[in-house]
Amino acid sequence: MAGIGVLGTLWLTSSCSPPPPSEPVKIGALFSVTGPASFLGAPEEKTVQMRIEQINAAGGINGRKLQLVVKDTAGSPEKAVSFAKQLIEEEKVLAILGPSTSGETMAIKDLCEQNQMLLVSCAAAETIVNPVARYVFKVPQKDSQAATWIYRTMKEKGISNIAIVSSTDGFGAAGKKQLEDLAPAEGITIVANEVYDKQATDLTDVLTKIKGNPKVQAVVNWSIVPAQSIVAKNMKQLGMDMPLFQSHGFGNRKYVQQAGAAAEGILFPASRLLVVEDLPANHPQKEVLATYKKDYESRFKEDVSTFGGHAYDALLVVVEALKKAGEPEREKVRDALETLTGVVGTAGIFNFSPTDHTGLDLTAFEMLTVKDGQFVAYKQ
Amino acid sequence: MQNESLALQYLLSGITKGSIYAVVAIGFNLIYSATGIINFAQGEFLMLGGMVAVTLAAYVPLPVAVTGAVALVALVGGLLELAFFRRLRRHSILHLVIITMGLSIVIQETALHIWDEKVRSLPYFTGNEVSSVRFLGAAISPQVLWVLGTVALAVLGLHFFLRYTLTGRAMRACSSNPEAAMLAGINIPNMRTLAFGLSAALGALAGCVVSPMTMTHYEMGAPLAIKGFAAAILGGLGNPMAAVAGGLLVGLLEAASVSCLPAVYNDVSAFVILLLVIFVRPQGLWGALAPDRVREH
Repeated sequence: MAGIGVLGTLWLTSSCSPPPPSEPVKIGALFSVTGPASFLGAPEEKTVQMRIEQINAAGGINGRKLQLVVKDTAGSPEKAVSFAKQLIEEEKVLAILGPSTSGETMAIKDLCEQNQMLLVSCAAAETIVNPVARYVFKVPQKDSQAATWIYRTMKEKGISNIAIVSSTDGFGAAGKKQLEDLAPAEGITIVANEVYDKQATDLTDVLTKIKGNPKVQAVVNWSIVPAQSIVAKNMKQLGMDMPLFQSHGFGNRKYVQQAGAAAEGILFPASRLLVVEDLPANHPQKEVLATYKKDYESRFKEDVSTFGGHAYDALLVVVEALKKAGEPEREKVRDALETLTGVVGTAGIFNFSPTDHTGLDLTAFEMLTVKDGQFVAYKQ
Repeated sequence: MQNESLALQYLLSGITKGSIYAVVAIGFNLIYSATGIINFAQGEFLMLGGMVAVTLAAYVPLPVAVTGAVALVALVGGLLELAFFRRLRRHSILHLVIITMGLSIVIQETALHIWDEKVRSLPYFTGNEVSSVRFLGAAISPQVLWVLGTVALAVLGLHFFLRYTLTGRAMRACSSNPEAAMLAGINIPNMRTLAFGLSAALGALAGCVVSPMTMTHYEMGAPLAIKGFAAAILGGLGNPMAAVAGGLLVGLLEAASVSCLPAVYNDVSAFVILLLVIFVRPQGLWGALAPDRVREH
């Protein structure tokens, strides 16, 4: 009888307390490594793999190694839901990084909240953290901050009448809404507003319509590849020389190469990761950015992108929270994450609070432009 | 911008899009005529053509890369027929059509593994991304002229081939009466393989000339296949020249729709008109509804 009692107590204690220090901490990740959003998921997955290896090589966190369980959602919200369930119920991970897109994140937001699973999304939509869900965080800058930067730059340039073109996917729709909502307050008038199919291969007809509108002073395009390069090319081919603004989704030098000479002069808000060489040596983000860029580019032989940076940040805040909490208990880690301040990431400096689960302000963006095929900080 | 030049600009935009749809539609037609199959993997040939050419262009001059891509994709098309359709002739046409859908997915996934998810493109054949040719107040990329010229030449070449060469005539014979063609000593299975190869070659060529403008990625084929299929149906299946007209018409309809409706209704208006036409003329605008067209397979 006594033996059974002891066994019972052992079983009870082992199920309630965190795993012994020798066991690794499981971190789940949902990235769309393939599929239409693979331009987000692929660098995200590479980044997290690389960072976990680096952290483990340096001895892990609080003496524990990290173990990554990554699932490829291929950009599908349905797959995101079933993989999230797997991570929650079978893998019992400490936290989930990702998903890559806003649509997928919204599909699993409630699921994570109900299961008290810590979720740190790499997607940008405002609705992920507004209203605030206790267990849901995100690390990219908000769409509204990007829109605000675009409008302020327009005002500096004396532009007030604009045309918006956006794609039919979630990213385009979310950006379009922010641009429409913020325009009156920033003194911008939207004189043309067109939505095109995200798989469109030629947009000269849509742009012809805008060219035919004499009031338009500048065009804002809110979409992802390949449309964001097609818009740039088609505008030049139609002989439109008004400024073209793009969303922060343009933050990858590959897109500049795709748009070629048509990319010159495109303006877009993005994080400083893309202009790290231009930062002064005493900039607080300089070291983090330069190290990440060097590690990523030397290992994967491709240009670093802000999207990989989001995954870097997602892992970073979880790791920092884990260090602060001391042990891999989800509730403690969540509390620690919510009160993290001054964490220097790739997107900016994170200051979380119970009401702000993004932790970034307007200073996390910089207005960039393309000059001679390179990103440079835009100066009036 | 004046109204006339604006109208011309829309017209040019419609013709550009339409000529791409036309090439896809011809591909549908070639295979349909020779085999009775609607090949839903037709768009994949464009994608493969673009992908292979981009890869080759890193090592050899552009014209060689394009030629190589066309040859290689033609080979792939022929091999697909040999590997799948020749062996599965006993099955119903519906089964074979479904197999083409499966193949479309397999080709896409294979492309994803051979290359990757990234968007790539060939360099502009003339000029670069910012060059534009202006006339009468409208402006187009020189690449558009390449697309139009290539499509026109391909269509003419195909027309000549089908009408005036022995092989081309044999192919048409297979299409109009397989039994009689067989009795006349035409090797029907080989003609079918040839039709697949030719269709793939045309697709690959189109994939190369549009690549600088539309860019190439592993998923680009399927949407083009849908539009090309619509164009083929609109023109009337079984008639390559009707496919060209159908393609141009779909492109022009789209441009006309954008000019007066929000751009998002683009596809809706094109397909509504397609449906209306099909209601009135189920055989398509230029298709014949003779009993001998209803083919037994």
